[in-house]
Amino acid sequence: MSDSPSAPLTTADGVPLKVSLRRASRRLKIKALLLVSPLLAFLIIAFVMPIFDMLWRSVDNPEVSNALPHTVEALENWDGESLPDEPVFAALAQDLKTGQEARNLGLVSSRLNYEKSGMRSAVMGTARRLSRIEPPYKTALIDANDAWGELDTWQLIERESAPYTLSYYLAAVDMQYTPSGEIVEVPDYLQIHLALFWRTFWMSGLITLLTLVLGYPIAFLLANLPARRANLLMILVLLPFWTSLLVRTTTWIAILQSQGVLNDVMVALGVIADEMRWQMIYNKTGTITAMTHILLPFMILPLYSVMKTIPPSYMRAARSLGGKPFLSFRRVYFPLTIPGIAAGGILVFILSIGYYITPALVGGQSGRFITNYIAYHMQTSLNWGLAAAIASILLFVVIVFYMIFNRLIGVDKVKLG
Amino acid sequence: MAIPSYATRGERIWHYVFLGLCSLIFLFLVGPLLIIIPLSFNAEPYFTFSEAMLSFDPAGYSLRWYEDFFTSSEWLNSIKNSFIIGISSTVLATVLGTIAALGLSSRHMPARGLIMALLISPMIVPLIISAAAMFFFFSKIQLAQTYLGVILAHTALGIPFVVITVTATLSSFDTTLIRAAHSLGASPTRTFFKVVLPLVTPGVVSGALFAFITSFDEVVVVLFIAGPEQRTMPIQMWSGIREQISPTILAVATMLVLLSMLLLATLEMLRRRSERLRGMSPG
Repeated sequence: MSDSPSAPLTTADGVPLKVSLRRASRRLKIKALLLVSPLLAFLIIAFVMPIFDMLWRSVDNPEVSNALPHTVEALENWDGESLPDEPVFAALAQDLKTGQEARNLGLVSSRLNYEKSGMRSAVMGTARRLSRIEPPYKTALIDANDAWGELDTWQLIERESAPYTLSYYLAAVDMQYTPSGEIVEVPDYLQIHLALFWRTFWMSGLITLLTLVLGYPIAFLLANLPARRANLLMILVLLPFWTSLLVRTTTWIAILQSQGVLNDVMVALGVIADEMRWQMIYNKTGTITAMTHILLPFMILPLYSVMKTIPPSYMRAARSLGGKPFLSFRRVYFPLTIPGIAAGGILVFILSIGYYITPALVGGQSGRFITNYIAYHMQTSLNWGLAAAIASILLFVVIVFYMIFNRLIGVDKVKLG
Repeated sequence: MAIPSYATRGERIWHYVFLGLCSLIFLFLVGPLLIIIPLSFNAEPYFTFSEAMLSFDPAGYSLRWYEDFFTSSEWLNSIKNSFIIGISSTVLATVLGTIAALGLSSRHMPARGLIMALLISPMIVPLIISAAAMFFFFSKIQLAQTYLGVILAHTALGIPFVVITVTATLSSFDTTLIRAAHSLGASPTRTFFKVVLPLVTPGVVSGALFAFITSFDEVVVVLFIAGPEQRTMPIQMWSGIREQISPTILAVATMLVLLSMLLLATLEMLRRRSERLRGMSPG
């Protein structure tokens, strides 16, 4: 003990110990950060920036203001109640002329067409006939295409001249703006996305439940067998886990299709008539069967690792205290496995709502997920803003469930194989 | 799972019913993978067993789908692409991931939880979303439809697996072993090669295997960002299943099942080896 307690402890070279310690720990901190930084930089460029770019794209709205700058400027003083006056039409004619020469009217015409059908031909058609159009532009343009004589066309152009838009998100949940700017549901016959979101959620829920029902007994068996035999049987769980996703999907096509193995067996056994073969694939049944099979190991592995930690003496104690087998199981064993059920359940659910390949290959029309619509808007309808909006909504849902998972279990606890 | 001696008759019956149920579930798990193996030797272009196959007539079996595979330039080219992309992204992911894991397992790592969450995120975000996002971004920076683009994308997808396995290995690494080696007179280099490396290698190798299989089996991202030149084997299978379904796919599937068996055996070997080295299990 030092004589004067106020004098700070120092190292051999006279630096106070506290300072020296802080310096050393800072050095270690920097070293640790330096080790992580290359990977962090890589992931930010290759993964995080693309994700943010997608989020940005779901609200980004440059088409109208880029292609029709003069029209947008002329519309600034417009009251929005009646058709605009001659200067606005003149500005539109000028913009269309410039756009036609630069050949960049494609984007804006499809952008407007998402919101109001007929706008593509209005823009492109009018632009093509522009050389024959003489002032006064108002009557000439309305002659060229009726759309220019409609009030909602101008309300649309004014609304979509803003740099950001919510219309992709609205479209993603089957809503739209009315011409006057209110938000309403789209007509019934145009509603597709919400129904697909719900279908994705309930089918994923069902798949999660099925994997739980099938996975629980297997995990229980594996956790209670002697190690050597459990390891052997574990191979039967890990083999499908390690096998290519496409292979597992292919085998279900071979088994379930109408000329497939299962139907052939049923016909041979006389269970069903040859012309009454079951339709088990390219519909909901196909998606649910194949995905339950594919995701089952993701349920078994967390359940197993939780059950492994429950001492068998607990059940014996419950029995010796007079509990009937079912009661002892329900009151003692089952509550202890709930963390495993939560982990496996959330994991399977998260994986399931994001699945694309399997529903696309075996789901037909009725077994498709919302993910298939992201692909559809990316590749076929080419409405990338809408694809980005749907993907962002799905991403949000996944992140919420992931945070629950992380809170409950912790991502470092995830074991692979 | 032996039946206890105090079990009632009802419990005994339940025990056997339970075992029967478990066997059925195991059949559901593995049966589909095994059924395609004989189907791939079908002499007819069908996805089901022909009469001749069921009566074990040798004429019902053939290797024509394997021949089809090995003589098709499309399939062989796609395998080549899969290996080029798989190996490059595995090397990249393993190097970056292992170095990062060294930092992450340090006690002094600031914001560990946040950084870990970020590094794991490619595993959590659904593939279709990553694919869409990378497609938008990579097209902007001219990386779409290039080998480099696909390799970078697959590296990102493989990184979480490397980080998870290597940090797990490092967290159970007993640092007193290093001091012990020093006190027994080993130089730092010798300690690294004789003590540290053998203990860490199994974790790194299994992380690398995970990263490789992730890339080797990946369809969605390649579907969006690769051009016709970077056609990989999963893409070839994907379009085979969608367009002209031929049993060649079953032959490929059979070979892939065998590959995954091989992989599983390797991983099991690595696990045992690492347990033995740590003295966690005898022999």
